Amino acid sequence: MPGKAPVKKYITANEAVAHAARLARVEVIAAYPITPQTSIVEKLASFIASGEMDADFIKVESEHSALTACMGARMAGVRAFTSTSSQGLEYMHEMLAYSSGGRYPLVMANVCRSVALPWSIWGDQQDAIQQRDTGWIQLFTETAQEALDMVLQAYRIAEDHRILLPVMICLDGFIQSHTEELVEIPDQESVDAFLPPYDPVVTLDVDDPHSISVGGFGKHYAAWRKEQQEAAERAKEVIVEVGDEFARIFGRHYGGLIEAYRIEGAQAVLLTMGALVGTAREVVDEMRAEGKAVGLIKVRAFRPFPAEELRQALSQVKAAAVLDRDCSYGYEGALATDLKAALYGLANPPAVLGFIGGLGGADVPPERMRYMLERALSVKKGAPSSAEFIDL
Amino acid sequence: MKLRNVSKEELYRCSYGCAGCASVLAVRLTLKVLGRNSVFVVPANCISTVSCYYPQAPFFVPMTVMAFAATGAALCGISAGFKRRGREDIHVVGFSGDGGTADIGIQSLSGAIDSGYKFIYICYDNEAYMNTGIQRSGLTPYGATTSTTPSPCFENRPKKDMMRIVAAHDIPYAATACTSYPLDYMQKVEKASKVNGPTYIHVLAPCPTGWGFPPERTIEIGRMAVESGMWQLMEFEGGEFRITHTPRRRRPVAEYFEAQARFRHLRLEEIEAIQREIDASR
Amino acid sequence: MREKVPGPTSKAGSIPTKMGSWSTVKPVLKGRCTFCLFCWIFCPEGAISQDEANKVVLFNYEECKGCGICAHECPTKAIKMAEPEPRGGE
Repeated sequence: MPGKAPVKKYITANEAVAHAARLARVEVIAAYPITPQTSIVEKLASFIASGEMDADFIKVESEHSALTACMGARMAGVRAFTSTSSQGLEYMHEMLAYSSGGRYPLVMANVCRSVALPWSIWGDQQDAIQQRDTGWIQLFTETAQEALDMVLQAYRIAEDHRILLPVMICLDGFIQSHTEELVEIPDQESVDAFLPPYDPVVTLDVDDPHSISVGGFGKHYAAWRKEQQEAAERAKEVIVEVGDEFARIFGRHYGGLIEAYRIEGAQAVLLTMGALVGTAREVVDEMRAEGKAVGLIKVRAFRPFPAEELRQALSQVKAAAVLDRDCSYGYEGALATDLKAALYGLANPPAVLGFIGGLGGADVPPERMRYMLERALSVKKGAPSSAEFIDL
Repeated sequence: MKLRNVSKEELYRCSYGCAGCASVLAVRLTLKVLGRNSVFVVPANCISTVSCYYPQAPFFVPMTVMAFAATGAALCGISAGFKRRGREDIHVVGFSGDGGTADIGIQSLSGAIDSGYKFIYICYDNEAYMNTGIQRSGLTPYGATTSTTPSPCFENRPKKDMMRIVAAHDIPYAATACTSYPLDYMQKVEKASKVNGPTYIHVLAPCPTGWGFPPERTIEIGRMAVESGMWQLMEFEGGEFRITHTPRRRRPVAEYFEAQARFRHLRLEEIEAIQREIDASR
Repeated sequence: MREKVPGPTSKAGSIPTKMGSWSTVKPVLKGRCTFCLFCWIFCPEGAISQDEANKVVLFNYEECKGCGICAHECPTKAIKMAEPEPRGGE
């Protein structure tokens, strides 16, 4: 079909995300500058300036207001977008919980960056991980293409009437945000076929007036929270369903809640999230070529947590090495903890070795990935595992 | 505007507000002007506390509770959304208390005015954090005791001048009012509703519980605030301030103070000093 | 119109709890009402209505919290706060 072919371009994941927001026909954007997110909203501003996009850009005075304004736009019944990083995400914290409890289908891109102090503008995932319990669906991406595709999918997931929860698409600062990759930018018609116009539910409707986002005592409060938990659990199915439908239209499939890579017969498996998966994939290929039984699991959904999928994938594995780009101080990396909880009760669970690395933008080179997998291969069953900092 | 022509429809009923609450009255009066084609954003304050507990919903128009610091930004987002949908006819109203306006919400309010979106931000001012138990706010007047400025250490800073703060943003329309002057207030709400941009109304709302006076005196106390010069009714429009009501009689500020428990500790010389300041500012 | 909106939401104007039980004294018209409507406009609760045919105000005791503003502001002192007489036939 002439004029409908997707365009291929070398762009950063930030630019890819901006294209996704444009293609999603977002009508209100509210954002505040912060490195390494800023080029997303700069690109959106240029789309609006050039007439390629028809939207209101609210230039707010803070991230707290950015997320609030997006929530306001949803209350008025229109699709909204924001993006942020690090301190900005921290500053949004109150509104993150507010918007999920209010059941607003917000979508944001978080360009993962370390959190001060110590001050650093470089990448890790501490910012996103610290928002784990705010009720947002958190999906991590590996490439610029996946970031674009997942922002489009996020609108379908969030706005699904079975879900009505906000979705945060995480991409890694600099590795994704500032690195150009070849990206296929879908055409508008195909996106329109995939993503229908927003059909709002929780709104300020003068023709059907409600007090929305109100409060309640014990029993009522608990009932709303239970509904929220049920919706978050239901999101596991919807994320898979939407991913499958996306693949049918666009031909790209990312594997649902997790992507298992070469885990058949693996003795040791490395688990991680985000852009470092790319390096890990190469290391697994190399070690497999050497005859070593290793595999990789890319955790795509952090919330809802794919506990059942991980139990199944790891039921025959001897040891799992977890690379966290975050730390829950006084314990260990968050993914390691969640994985251990997911494996609890398995008849013959794998040992879990926690590694913390890639903090503050530190590179995690292939040798380090190999080291983690070698450690996992040689671990004795039931060996204690406390988090090891691998950047030092 | 005449009393006989004011809408008889009651669109705010059966809140859990205290008997004689002027803030509740302010909501009621606002809705008499704006009617059903309006939506309300109410951050943490007395009005959300007395209006938002399921299943009681005293607002007969759409409303949302909002985070304390977020009123201005919510108004922008909603206003932008309605604009996108071609529904700029809907009045988008913020109803925030003094702390939510002058303290925790001042940044968001500033950003919202700066954005240029159309909304009416109403600050109902009962001069302290009443809903949490009468703590001092940036709008507590000099000389008042609160639970965080207990006697003898009464509030020793002047009330923030919100009108000059919003005026410094070149806001198209702003006004002060008092619930004891309902027609003046309602006229200002009506005027604000016709402005295609951000507007701000600061309405003094006497609080029997927090100020320490019997509930039947709510209207009288507000009148005394204006007659004593502790509060002025004015407008800011086209870059100019204008007094909209000059009291026929000027009342000594001592009478206003005597009527309320929160000023009882003031000594004669302190009252005289305040009186001199009021006289000098007229 | 949706039957149920998810999240913490109430239908606007749902007022299952009436506040009239908060007080024992209620406004009662004892003197001549001039129908000036001061009491009506100042009532925080909107618990006073206008009987235009008879040019008097009516009190809704179910919603009146008994603050006494109406009696205090009445220019002719026609309103008194008192225990209301039981209504006949109820």
